[in-house]
This record gives sequence, C-alpha cells and structure tokens, in this order.
Amino acid sequence: MSDITVPVHVPHDGTDAEARPIFTEERRILGIARSTWPGVLAPIVIGILALGFWEWIVHYRGIPHYVLPGPWLIAKTLVADWGTLSGSLWITLRITFAALIAAITVGVALAIIFTQSKWLEMSLFPYAVILQVTPVVSIAPLIIIWVGDINLSLLICAWIVAFFPILSNTIMGLNSADHNLINLFQLYKANRWQALRYLRLPAALPYFLGGLKISGGLALIGAVVAEFVAGSGGNASGLAYRILESGYQLRIPRMFAALIMISVTGIAIFLLTSWISHIFLRKWHESAIKREN
Amino acid sequence: MSAAAALSVSTGEAPKPRPLVLIRDVSKQFANGTIAVRDVNLDLARGEFVSLLGPSGCGKSTLLRMISGLGEPSRGTIEWPTSPHDAEGHASPDLGFVFQEPTLMPWATALKNVMLPLTLKGTSKRDAEAQAATMLNLVGLKGFETSYPRELSGGMKMRVSIARALVTKPAILLMDEPFAALDEITRHKLNDDLLKLWWEQRFTAVFVTHSVFESVYLSQRIVVMAARPGRVMADLTVDAPHPRDDMFRTSAQYADLCRVASQNLKKAIAG
Repeated sequence: MSDITVPVHVPHDGTDAEARPIFTEERRILGIARSTWPGVLAPIVIGILALGFWEWIVHYRGIPHYVLPGPWLIAKTLVADWGTLSGSLWITLRITFAALIAAITVGVALAIIFTQSKWLEMSLFPYAVILQVTPVVSIAPLIIIWVGDINLSLLICAWIVAFFPILSNTIMGLNSADHNLINLFQLYKANRWQALRYLRLPAALPYFLGGLKISGGLALIGAVVAEFVAGSGGNASGLAYRILESGYQLRIPRMFAALIMISVTGIAIFLLTSWISHIFLRKWHESAIKREN
Repeated sequence: MSAAAALSVSTGEAPKPRPLVLIRDVSKQFANGTIAVRDVNLDLARGEFVSLLGPSGCGKSTLLRMISGLGEPSRGTIEWPTSPHDAEGHASPDLGFVFQEPTLMPWATALKNVMLPLTLKGTSKRDAEAQAATMLNLVGLKGFETSYPRELSGGMKMRVSIARALVTKPAILLMDEPFAALDEITRHKLNDDLLKLWWEQRFTAVFVTHSVFESVYLSQRIVVMAARPGRVMADLTVDAPHPRDDMFRTSAQYADLCRVASQNLKKAIAG
C-alpha cells in the first residue's frame, strides 16, 4: 500500500509524444491491420458462443443425434468420413469451376457480340432472360434426359444459373464507356477492335468482376441443386448426393458435415472472386480505394 | 509539318497563306428542331489563336465539334484546303481535342493516357512511350508518368489531357472550355502554360470559352457569338503582341481590350 504515495503513473496509451509514432503507421498483428482485428474477432467470438450453446442444448435436452447432432460430433464425423467427403467435394468443385469458366467464356463472348450488333442483342437477349428466370430445378430433369452424361448435365445446369449475371453485367459495362472517350476514339479513327481493346473492355472490367462475384456463388448453387435433382449414386457423387444419401440413412452428423463443406466452399469462392476483383481494380477503381478522410 | 507551321508566323506585310479551315454557310439543326448554329462563315488561318466567345447555348461547342468532324453540318461546308484527304475525299486533318472534362481513362497511367493517340495510329510502343514522356515533360508533369488519374489534381488531369491532344503534333488544337471547372489560380497558370506551348509549337488553336478575360488574355482573335440561333456577331482582333505574361494581365491595354470584348458580348446577348 506504500505505492499510494507514488504519483499515478500514466501509461503510454498513444496520447503522449513518445508513443505517437506507433499510431502514425498502423501496426499489423499477424499480417492483419490493427483496426481490422475487431471485425475479425467479433464474429469468431459470436461463433464460438453459438457453438457452445448448441453443444450444451443438445446434451442438456438429450436431443438424439439423428435429429440434431452437436458440433463436436459433426467435427468428428467430418474427420472420420473425410475420405468419402473430400472425394465428393472434389467432384462438386470440378463441376462448379467448369461451369464458372464456361459462364465467363460464353457470358463475355455473348456480351461482346451483343454490343457489336444491336440486332443480335434484340433477337437473342430475351432468350437469355428466359433461361435465367426459369428455375433450374424445373429444367434439370429435361437436361439430364437429353444429355445423358450425368456430369455434363450437371455442368450445363450450373452454367445456366451462373452465366446470366456475367452476361448482363458485362453488357452494361461495355456500354458504360465515357461518352467523350468514345468521341475521342472516333476522332482518332479507331477501329472497332481498338475501341473494344482499349476502351470498352477496360470500362467493362469492374462490372464484369461484380458479375463474377455473384456467378461464383451461383455456380456452386447450380451444381448442388442439379445434383439433388439428378440424385445419382455411385462412386462419382458430389456433396449434394452425400447429403441426400445421409438423409436416407439417417446419418445426420454426416449430412451436417457435407453441408458445412458446401458452405465453406461457397465462402472460399466468394473470397477468391473478391480477391481477384481487388487485384484488378485496386490501382484505379473508386470501389477499391481507401481514403484518408 | 514544322516547316509549314513556320510559314504561318507571318507578320502583317507577308502575303497571307491559304487558311487552314474554311467554314462556309454552316448551319446545324438538331433532330428536335433546335437550330444550334446558323449561317456561320469563318476562316481559320494557320497558326492563329482564335477564341469562340459567347453565352451558353450560342452553339460554340457545336461549331467546334463540327470542325473536329464529330458532327456533320446540316447545311454548308467545312473545308481543309491544305490538309490530307482520305481515299473517299474526306478531309482527315491532324487535330487534337480537349474536352471540358479531362476525359482520361481511369484504368491507365498518365503516360498510357498520353500514348493513346499514338497507340491508335499504330506507332510502336517504344516510340509512343518516348513521345508521350516528352509531352508530359512539356506540360510540366515530369515524374508523374506512372500516376493514375485519381492520384492527380484537377489541373494536372487537364495537363494530361492537353498532352494527349498535342502528342500527335496536330496542325490544330480544338478546346471546349477546358479550364471552366478549375479554380482561378490554376486556370491562370494553365492559360500561361497553354500560351507557351502554342508559342513554341505554333499549332492553330481554337478555344471555346464564356470568359471575356480568358479569351482576351489568350487570343489573337475573338469570334463573338450570340444564342438562339447560334450565329457569329463580331470578329475582333486582339491587338496585343505575344508572348504575354502577368504584366499583360494587369496592363491598361488588357483592361481596354476586355472592355471592347465585353461590349460586343453584351450586344450579342441582347441580340
């Protein structure tokens, strides 16, 4: 208690001169900026609390695991069944990314063709809309009957769902080039290819990337939904079939494990497309710029 | 090009060379019936600095766009007797255009923006880079080659825009109220730098503005226009020698010239 006589010590809390330099340059902890940490930690804390509550309520109320398994059991199942599940994950991923690449290729190509010819756009765009608004669940059986090959059917279904945002966003982007810049290109007698290469495509890039972020998630949804409809079994089955199968066999922990893998895949695709968007736009686009004020 | 430009530095006594642009009975009516320009007759001499001065709606921008070839006249002709013509007989003069906004490509660096006209013409990348860098240096932006437009101030963006317009060494530079959006200090600086560039490179300059002071400070000749319909009301000679500087801006002569131009503009507005 003799410390009481000592003047109260002011800690270096960033307000005094000595500590200031630390705050002029933001400190990074584990590679993440200090100010970003609360945004990372808060959801994690909430998640842990929710999982704890879940585990507790399952034990406390004695809920059987074929109705609601606890998170710990799900985690154990995920590890135990990893062999089967990871194989399925790989199949779902392959279909998703193949569909996404097809959506990018066809979407961008169609968008370029449409903006070169108003007639083609007027004639074909309504059909693209019809394809988009028809629920994929309702046409998937037809596609499976017509195509025969199950993987190709799934790919087509996922593609139908994924391609429209890319098409419509890219069309909008290609038409959004600054009117004065278009005039400038006319003044310098640029040909169509030059106008596309140097003006319309770069102007469309932010719009395309916005479409890509949506389509990435949709490709996964399309792949999963189509597989639900197909309901195919055997060795070469994706995560959706694992969910169906687990449902029939009342292996609910495994169902949850597959569900979690789909969610994590969706999140990973979103992060990947966001990162790609950031890489392309960080130097010049308003959406990627951090301002001081 | 430079030899032809040198010819135009004619003082009063020398025989007048053929004009660069002949504007004959040019009218422009828009699809909605508005007559933007009516019966304009103008000759633009090689190497001269002309301002088109008038209230908004007097068709000065429309006239400029027609000169550039971005819009066709409804009636009348715009001829380029000394400029190259394409296979179909249409004039394809070397021209530079500066818009009211900097109109830069946001995804490209300052250097890439200035390179654009050369790239479109098929100049090799190395030559285009070298010429664009020289031009950026001339407009006072050395060291900003790799900056993106968003990193530049309004005045600097306009400088990039001017560099882009001049990088092809055009015979004529058309400017559509290029400095209207800038603050006065920046505008004065850019006026001085533009005059310096014009004095050194001797292109023909056509400058659209609604500012009496700016037009008097810059030009050798002011074409005063009136609105509804857009037409030429007066063709004034600014009888003061170049090069001009801040001394001129504060001189009694400048004040007198501004008064004359103002009176003409007032008459034009009154109809």
